[in-house]
Order: sequence, then structure tokens, then C-alpha cells
Amino acid sequence: MIPEIGTLALLIALVLAVLQSVFGLVGAHRNDAVWMRATSSSTVAVFLFVLLAFLVLAYGFVVHDYSIEYVAHNSNNELPLIYRIAAVWGAHEGSLLLWVLILSTWALLVSRLSKGLPDVFRARVLGTLGLVGVGFLAFTTLTSSPFTRLLPAPLDGADLNPILQDPALAAHPPMLYMGYVGTSVAFAFAVAAMLSGRMDASWSRWTRPWTVAAWMCLTLGISLGSWWAYYVLGWGGWWFWDPVENASFMPWLASTALIHSLAVTEKRGLFRNWTLLLAIFAFSLSLLGTFLVRSGVLVSVHSFAADPSRGLFVLGLLLFFIVGSLTLYAIRAPSLQSEGGFAPVSRESFLLLNNALLVAAAGLILLGTLWPLVMDSFNLGKISVGPPYFNTVFLVPTLPLVALVGVGMHSTWKRASYASKGRPLALMAIIGLVLGALVAFVCYGRYGLPLTIIGFGGGFFLMASALWQPLARLVRRQAQPRAALGMAVAHFGIGLFVIGVSGVASYKIEKDVSMGPGDTATIAGYTFRFESSKDVVGPNYLAREAQVAITRDGAPVAALTTQKRQFKIQNNPTTHAGIDVAWNRDLFVALGDELGAGKWSLRLQYKPLVRYIWLGGVFCALGGLIAILDRRYRGGIVEPVHPTDTETAAATGEG
Amino acid sequence: MMKSPVSAVATALLIGWVGTAGAIDPSAAFADPALQARYEHLTNELRCLVCQNQTIADSNASLAGDLRREVREMIARGDTEAQIKDFLTARYGDFVLYDPPLSARTLFLWAAPGLFVLLTVGVVVRTVIRRARQPIDADDSEESA
Amino acid sequence: MWRYFTPAIAFLLLGALFAVALVRIENGTMDPRAIKSPLLGKAAPTFVLPTVTEPSRPFDSAVLKGHPYVINVWGTWCPACREEHSALLVIARRAGIPFIGIDWKDDRQQAQQYLGQLGNPYTETVADDEGRVAIDWGVYGAPETFLVGADGQVLVKFAGALTEAIWAEKFAPFVQGGG
Repeated sequence: MIPEIGTLALLIALVLAVLQSVFGLVGAHRNDAVWMRATSSSTVAVFLFVLLAFLVLAYGFVVHDYSIEYVAHNSNNELPLIYRIAAVWGAHEGSLLLWVLILSTWALLVSRLSKGLPDVFRARVLGTLGLVGVGFLAFTTLTSSPFTRLLPAPLDGADLNPILQDPALAAHPPMLYMGYVGTSVAFAFAVAAMLSGRMDASWSRWTRPWTVAAWMCLTLGISLGSWWAYYVLGWGGWWFWDPVENASFMPWLASTALIHSLAVTEKRGLFRNWTLLLAIFAFSLSLLGTFLVRSGVLVSVHSFAADPSRGLFVLGLLLFFIVGSLTLYAIRAPSLQSEGGFAPVSRESFLLLNNALLVAAAGLILLGTLWPLVMDSFNLGKISVGPPYFNTVFLVPTLPLVALVGVGMHSTWKRASYASKGRPLALMAIIGLVLGALVAFVCYGRYGLPLTIIGFGGGFFLMASALWQPLARLVRRQAQPRAALGMAVAHFGIGLFVIGVSGVASYKIEKDVSMGPGDTATIAGYTFRFESSKDVVGPNYLAREAQVAITRDGAPVAALTTQKRQFKIQNNPTTHAGIDVAWNRDLFVALGDELGAGKWSLRLQYKPLVRYIWLGGVFCALGGLIAILDRRYRGGIVEPVHPTDTETAAATGEG
Repeated sequence: MMKSPVSAVATALLIGWVGTAGAIDPSAAFADPALQARYEHLTNELRCLVCQNQTIADSNASLAGDLRREVREMIARGDTEAQIKDFLTARYGDFVLYDPPLSARTLFLWAAPGLFVLLTVGVVVRTVIRRARQPIDADDSEESA
Repeated sequence: MWRYFTPAIAFLLLGALFAVALVRIENGTMDPRAIKSPLLGKAAPTFVLPTVTEPSRPFDSAVLKGHPYVINVWGTWCPACREEHSALLVIARRAGIPFIGIDWKDDRQQAQQYLGQLGNPYTETVADDEGRVAIDWGVYGAPETFLVGADGQVLVKFAGALTEAIWAEKFAPFVQGGG
């Protein structure tokens, strides 16, 4: 009975989403105040019904209702409660429901927090979001309902995939989806602008905080995913260029470019068409990712159960929204061309170059991800494009970018002069390189990879360059505008990230050993001693646990526990590594197979500076948060703006 | 309904599940660090054909273990990286290489970084030239985010 | 003015690619996970392996020279192999050419029991305990079936459980007077 409430709730939500779109888009077109007001109400209603459906599914997991097929396939009597709730989004149908819930949440937030927006504009934004909702609700109810029944209901479930039984599962998908789905908000703002034919400075000011908020979530979501892969998968890798990882990274690159393009549009009213395109691209890449994961055209460890017929539906959605918005763009773009000059060396040029390189990077990743499919579709053979390709190719646009960011941060609008800044920056670059070389040789005793010192140098340079202005203001006891501080913190985060990547890639050490109790092995000066092993019983698994003690020069460093878990139902063995974290390195121990005679195989890893990869991501997101809290976005997120506000306001340096 | 490839995959998955213990191979290490480095480099570039989303270095699949053994023996024998890759592609095709070989079909793939950067930077240059010609109001330019 | 339509057109092309791929996956002419064998049209790998029934008596594939034959890679641990076994019995009997079974990374005794209980379609069964021969044949999952022509060239490879229909469609045309 209760699952049917879920189905009903979804159907009602679908109808309400249709109303939301119609009231919004048609109401705005007809300038009908009643219809436009009704848009906001429908937005709230859609949210409530989707939430209801979500809660119904969660309830089904909590009470072990195996008459729901989805619950039967993804849960188990012995599955702990937290994983039962996380299992709601553990597979295709449930994750779609999460997608739709987050979409309706964003729409709700937009409707509640945008009092300053003109009614017509808000109606168009919510109407567009409603249209997206219609597409996905239709997809869910017609092809992927999580509430299909399994009768007679089994007595026990198939269990959640063991790899997913981890706390990070509770956090990674929701956070990632908030970013992923959040790209639809900027998209909706872009569509609203195109429909109205106007894109002034106030539009940029309205759009920017929403874009940054979604970008923050995406940054955190990707960082979480990388961190989770690192400690759960047991092989210590943090990025594999898997198609689904790429599917989340490309929207991030596009969103980053969008934020920077919005800065120019907000300040000077330029690059409006680029901004529109980037907003459309970010959302398109996000939809593309959804398609790639669920259609089966790509082989990926992340992909949900592949179903070509579902794939066709998502492809239809994809084409409708993307080709539709791009056609709208083609129609509107000529009239949105702006006039305004800037010198070859100026903030505008730097931002343009920045975006060009980010877009190039996204394009390269897209190409590499899709190339096997292209070749296969045209019977040109089967190839694989993996980390060796991406690791090399990705550096081509991004390495110059690291240098550019450090310099470009200090450029000024219209015409930038580096007369006073050139020398300090050059000094920072040189010190960065020297410091990099020092770290390489003093801390790690060797050169590393060809790009190691450049990587360290670039990272240090970025960090110094980012901190320069905030520190200068601090010393002079000047106020710190939050937008500028946010930017500094985010770029500082990028610097941290670069240092982390350089360190790990250059100096990591991996060693597979066979050890019995009392045996030792040494890597990077750390001695690992296998102390003991025993059997352990978990809530839904049996595990073999090993204790490993680590010492350095005789002094104790850590005592690590590593387990190899065998889950009772799904039988996949999973390894839980023991990790010792310090400010400058991780030590990693993963238990392998029993080799007989009391010996076990273990993988020992030394991972220098690896934590800075994710710390960098956190700083990036933090920078975004600080930036959104800037004064100009206060007062219910959006400042009330006179409808006659034009570009003159922007050109006179407001904001 | 495609039954056979599905069952082939299912079987393939059965003989070597996507183990997450990684392929821990204590017997693998070469005494000579140069050889060991070559072994690690190669096994991290070869795709596991069973799970298809891991390198043979990381995969727990039985076939991955066999392939690692082959690579190890070939390195010990003194085969070059090219010879080892040829051996594997003769049996499994280019699919087994995560680093796509440069050929007529992958030319675009490898030319892409240069092409894309040139393209995007070219657009930037064109835009900057155009904008430099337009009037730049000479009012104060303050920095802002 | 038309240059603004470039992104839309580019995306349409991409969409067309995806549509083609999806349709082909749906009707079975494309499988992103399947690996096409590079052995087709090339000389079949040779091998010398112990037989399952008499480990001391090795089997040399050289004796197969000059005739067409079938190689079937299987194992007792493989459910799909069990699935295709009854069809194999029928096909092997009717085909009139040697059917060589390669028992891949299996337990000798279990294999003997399996063949004893379910029937033996093979002219000869060899044991590939180390998997080296399987690698030579580019095997990546069981069951896999190969047809080698009289000239020693690999003509057909099929990955998956064989059925009489698949044999008739893919293999029989190459086997003169067979199927």
C-alpha cells in the first residue's frame, strides 16, 4: 500500500511540474501576474510531493519492505541502518529519485530566495527548471520507477553492493548531485535571459551566487568521490579518468569557466554570449554525464545497470534541452553582442584565456572519453583510452593555466599594468621554483618526474600569489572584500591541489610483500611489522583482520588495522585499508590473500602530500562560499534592483 | 535480447570478480629496480579484459594474474616494451592498451591537445585584437573579483 | 549569423552518434564490452597440453593440421559452459569435425567428473592449468568457441554460450557439409 503512495506522489509531482513549466514560461510570455505567482506555488508543491516519494522509498528500506523490488535488490536484513538509508540512492532508480529531489530543492530555493528578481524573470527561471523536472520525472515514472513491486516478496534482500557500504556513500552522491543538478539553475537563468532577449548587469549579479553555490557543491562532491575511491578501493589511487569520473569533471571545468565569464559580464557587460554558452555547456555536460552512466554505451565501473531503451529516453531529453537551448542561443546571440574594449593585457584577456584553456581541457576529456565509442560505432575497432592518455593530455592546457592564474589574479580591468606588480610576482615565481627544487631534493632526496619541480614551483607560486593581496590588506588594516578574499582562498586551494598531485605522482612508493607474524618490510624509511591477524565478525560480513605496526628509526609511528571483508550475500571481497595520516604523507596498508604457512600478501604504500589534493578542493569550495557571502549578494541572496538598471551602472565600476 | 554476450560477461565476471583488494602480488617484485619499474609501468598501462575498468596491476581477476605473469616473464627474458605490447595486442587487440597507440585511427586523438589549445587560443587572440580596437574608457580600473 | 548555430549542429551530430550506438547495442550488432578477436584470418596458435583423461599423454595441436576443427574453452566453474553443454553435444556430433576442448584453469578431477556425468562432446580435452594457451588464443572469458579452417586460419570466434541457432548462423557456413 505504502509504495503505491510513492508512485502516486511521483505522478502528482509530474503533473505539478508540467503546471510549473506552463505557468512559468507561458505566464511570463503573457505577462500574466496570476500565472506567474502560481509558478512559485507549483514549485513548492512539486518539492513536497517529490520529498514524499523519497521518504516513502526511504521508509521501505528502513522497515525492510522487500515487496519493493528496488529495496529487495539493494538491501538486506543485516544491512546497518545508515547504509539502508544511503542505499536509497545506491542504484539507478533511487539515484534518479535523488536527482529529482535535488532539482526540486534547488527550484524551491530559487523561488524562496529571490525576492529581488522581477516577476517575469523569476517565472521564466522556475518555468525552465520545471521543464527539466518534467523531463526527469517522466523518465522516472515511465521507465525507472523505484516502486515496482516484487511479489511474492522475498524474505531477505540481495544486499547493497559492498563497495558502497561506507560512510562516504552517504555523503558523496548527494553532494555531487547538488552540484551536478545545480548546473540547471545557471542554465535556467541563461534560458530566461535568452527568452527575454535582455542580459544586463543585474542578470549577472542574480546568476552568479547560484552558479558559485552549485560549483561549490560539485567541487566538494568530486573531492569526496576521489577521497572515497582512495581509501575504499584499496589500491591508493585517487583518480582513474573513468568515464563517469570524467562525466562529473567536465561540468566542473565548464562551471569554473562560467564563473569567470560571469565576472566579466557582471563587471563590464562583455562576453555575454560566452557566458550563455558556458551556462548551457555546464548543464549539457551534466546531462551528458547522466546519459553516459545510465545508457550502457560506455564501459565504466560506476555505470548503473545499462539499458539501451532507457538510454534512448535520456538521449531524447538531452537533445531536447541542449539542442533547444543552443538553437535559442543561435537566435538571440547576434542581438546580445556587446560593445566594449579592453587592452591586450587586461583582466578581461586573462579571464578569456583562462576560459579558453578550461574549455580546451574539457573538450580533450570529452574526446578521450568518447573516442572508443566513436571507433566502435563505425566498426573501426576497439581501443581503450585511459590514464596514460588523459594524464599526458590534460597537462597541455592546464600547466600553462597554473602560471596564468598566478599572474592574472592581479590584473586590472580594461588595461592592466604590471609595472608595480611584475617584480614581486617574478620573485614569487622564482622563489616558488627554488622552494620546489628544495622540497624535491631535501625532503625526497631525488628529482622525481620531469615535471615535479615545475609542479611544486607552480603550486607554491599560486599559493603565494593568491595570498599576496589579502595579506597586504591585512597588514594595512584594510577591509577585506569578501569576493576578493573568496577568490584568493579558492586559488590558494588550486595551489594546494597542484602541490598534492605533484608530490604523490612523483614520490609515491608501492610495495607488495608477503608477511607472516613478526615479519617486517621497509619503504621510505618506515618499517612495517606484521603483528597478528584474526577473524572478525561484522554486521553483514566476515573479515580477516591484520594488525600492522609502523616504526621509523625505531620510534613508533602508528598501529594500523586492515581488513579483508567477505560479505555474506554478495560475495565480493572488499579490502579496508589501514591508513596513517600525517601532515606530509599517508601510510597505507591493505590486506590481500592468505598465502599459506601463516603468510599473507599485503600492499604497503607511501603517499607523500596526498591529503593536499582534497584539502585543495575544500579550500576551493570554501573560497566559493566566502565569495557568495559578499555584501552585494546579501538581502535575501539578491539585492533588489531597479528594473531600469542598465550597463552604465556596471561600467562605472559598481560592485 | 542479447543473451550470449551478457552471459559471457557474467561468466567473465565470475571467474574474476571486481575485487577491490587490488592485485597484491608479493612474488612479483624484481630484484633489479629498473626492471621492477618497467614492470610496474607496463602493468599500469594494460587494461584488464575481464573487469575492463582496471589495469592488470590493480585487478584481482584470474586472467589479470596470468597476464601479469606473462609480462613478468617477458621482462625477465629481456623483451622490450614494444615487444610485450605487440604480444598482447596480437592476442587481444588494441583494446588491451590504455595508452592508445598512435595510428591513422588515433591520429586525431593525439593531435587533439595541440589542436584544441591552438583553436581556443586562436579565438582568444582574435577576440583580444577586436576588443583592443574598440574604445576603452579611460576611467579608473580597480581590481575586483 | 550562421556561425552561432555551430554549437547546436555539433551537438546534433553528437546526438546522432549516440543514437546510432544505442540502436546498434539494442539490436545486438554492437557490444561495448565485447572484444573482437585479432586472430580472425590469422594462423591459429599451436599448443602442446596434457589431456584431461591421461595427463601423461600430451596432445599436440600439430595433428590437427590440414583439417578444420573447433576449439571450445570451458571450465567446470563456469555456469554458462554448463548451459551450452547440451547444445555442444548435439553440435559436435553433427558437425563431423574434431572438437577440441580446452579446460581452462580447472581441477582435473572435477573436469573428468563433469564430462562423465554430462557427456563428452570433445574429440579430445586438454587441460590448460596455467592459462598460457588461453592467452595465446586471446581468451578473456569462458565459454569461447573458435572455428579453424583446413588451412589453419581462425575463421570464427564466438564468446558466450553456444546454441544450435548460433552455430547455424555463425559457424555452419564455414563448415562444409556440417551443422
